[in-house]
Amino acid sequence: MRSILTVYRKELSDHFSSNKFLILLALIYIAGLSSTYVALTNIREAASSVTGNVFLYLFTTGGDVLPSFITFISFFIPIIGIIFGFDAINSEKNSGNLSRLLSQPIYRDSVINGKFLAGITTLTIIITSIVIIISGVGLFAIGVPPTSQEILRIFFFIFICIFYGGFWMGLAILFSVIMDKTAASILTSIAIWIFLFLFLGIIANAIANAMVPLADNATIADQIKNYSIEQGISRISPATLFTEAITVILLPVEGAILVNPVAYQQYAGSQNLLNPLSIGQSLIQVWPQLIIIIALAIICFAASYIIFMRQEIRST
Amino acid sequence: MNDNNNLIISKNLSKKYKEHLVVDNLNLTIKKGEIFGLLGPNGAGKSTFILMTLGLTEPTSGSISVAGFNSTREPLKVKRITGYLPEKVGFYDDMTAKGNLAYTAELNNIPFREIPKKIDATLEMVALSKNKNQIVKTFSKGMKQRLGIADVLIKEPELIIFDEPTEGLDVKVANQMLQTILDLNNEKNITFLLSSHQLNLMQRVCPRVGILSRGKLITEGTVESLGRNMFGGGKYRIEIELEKVPGEIIEKFKKLDKVVNVIRTDNQIQIVCDKDIRQDISRLITSEGILMTRMDMKQDALEEIYLKYFKEE
Repeated sequence: MRSILTVYRKELSDHFSSNKFLILLALIYIAGLSSTYVALTNIREAASSVTGNVFLYLFTTGGDVLPSFITFISFFIPIIGIIFGFDAINSEKNSGNLSRLLSQPIYRDSVINGKFLAGITTLTIIITSIVIIISGVGLFAIGVPPTSQEILRIFFFIFICIFYGGFWMGLAILFSVIMDKTAASILTSIAIWIFLFLFLGIIANAIANAMVPLADNATIADQIKNYSIEQGISRISPATLFTEAITVILLPVEGAILVNPVAYQQYAGSQNLLNPLSIGQSLIQVWPQLIIIIALAIICFAASYIIFMRQEIRST
Repeated sequence: MNDNNNLIISKNLSKKYKEHLVVDNLNLTIKKGEIFGLLGPNGAGKSTFILMTLGLTEPTSGSISVAGFNSTREPLKVKRITGYLPEKVGFYDDMTAKGNLAYTAELNNIPFREIPKKIDATLEMVALSKNKNQIVKTFSKGMKQRLGIADVLIKEPELIIFDEPTEGLDVKVANQMLQTILDLNNEKNITFLLSSHQLNLMQRVCPRVGILSRGKLITEGTVESLGRNMFGGGKYRIEIELEKVPGEIIEKFKKLDKVVNVIRTDNQIQIVCDKDIRQDISRLITSEGILMTRMDMKQDALEEIYLKYFKEE
């Protein structure tokens, strides 16, 4: 256990003193504060359409030019995960440190566990700190304190972000175990992210339209079918699952509509407002997404763990 | 614990990577306090043997133990008493020498309060005290190698394994490195297992060597005994070159005192003997009225032994 802590402390210190950490932190703070500014300017209009949960609009309200904080964070979390994981093992191998490190009286898994935990801690600190900063700025600006439900929702939002980041970190570590070159592991991770983040949605839309074409006079049933197919394919991507999960958690009204095709159609047809969901109901609505995100994070890390433990160590 | 004087005991040790046999039924013992040289061309199985010694890779069959601890079943106990410096020694380049050593010390469970004292002591041993707070990426290759020794010494090992300890070092630094090995062996009675291609340097520090080829230990022993076995006995080999070689002179050489063997190749004659008989040879050649164009005396050179083995293969 002490060896994991030693590796963890060293990795954490490396992360905090690295330029990549400072650059990422600066980027996220700039993006977070910009989106907060936009949210504050638009929050009155957004909050007037529904009752309650005003505080959460700080995170979900965007503008014409800048998107909301949750859009930014959906974009940044995979980057943070990849950046803190892509060279975890192969850089140690290439620098000749791995064989020296493993010749110390430590179990081999201390290395990968310590690195993963340090990465997750760094990710948690980045996300928690920006959420606290936005909450503080928002509290000062709008003067409305968050309710206990809102605090719980923010807590779950951070929790989901950490596991989503854990998935990307686990995937990047997996490539760092499999691939010898750090350039190859980062490029592969980024390629997968771009595919899942950008292209899968386009492909899902094309497939849905090919299977159930929507003419001008398409029936509600066809629209629901088309939407369901597109959503089903998009849900292959953890990015889609994450967006759905945080939307439902942070938008108690609109979020419920987003993940439910029938509700979406009813809402679009009637223009009537739905009642906001309680935190418990929101969680029930997104538990499959949550479970899959957590499972993916565990699967990716477990795969990298097993492969690393079975790998032959070379002397150089 | 081990009840005899052997530190490393390898019994019928074999390692297969898929179908490729890298180490083949290797039996070897290395005594406490000795400096043992492991020789062999690339792919001979030296590094795999070292990794199995450290418990970093599992043998396919057979066993290996260090100080009585089985390397496969008790790798942590083995690694606690063994220091290993790989061929390409790696450090965290953005950390100071002190930082790197502190990390190693923590991994070895050295109490926090003792770490600064140990770092100072080990850095002094390798003459790097002044560079304690210097970032490692500014170190020369020689300094990194010395830092590697400090990194190994911080855990106060009983056994140190160096893979190619002088590779890539200039002659001066290589000599310093070898002197450090000899000093540590003399002063602290640390056992060394050295793997290297640089045979002339190995001969200076390794009284006993083993030669590996295709995973098999083809021979082992002191350099002198290997030379005796290889060249038909005799401690000295005197090579002479004559203008002409009459047949009877070979028989006369054989009759000289302490001569073990006489080998003729054209005008060159190699006389293997147990004492330096150059004067007797000169006298004989002069009395025969033959012109001698060259005379050399060779002691057993590791390089020759090594080359002869691989030539015969």
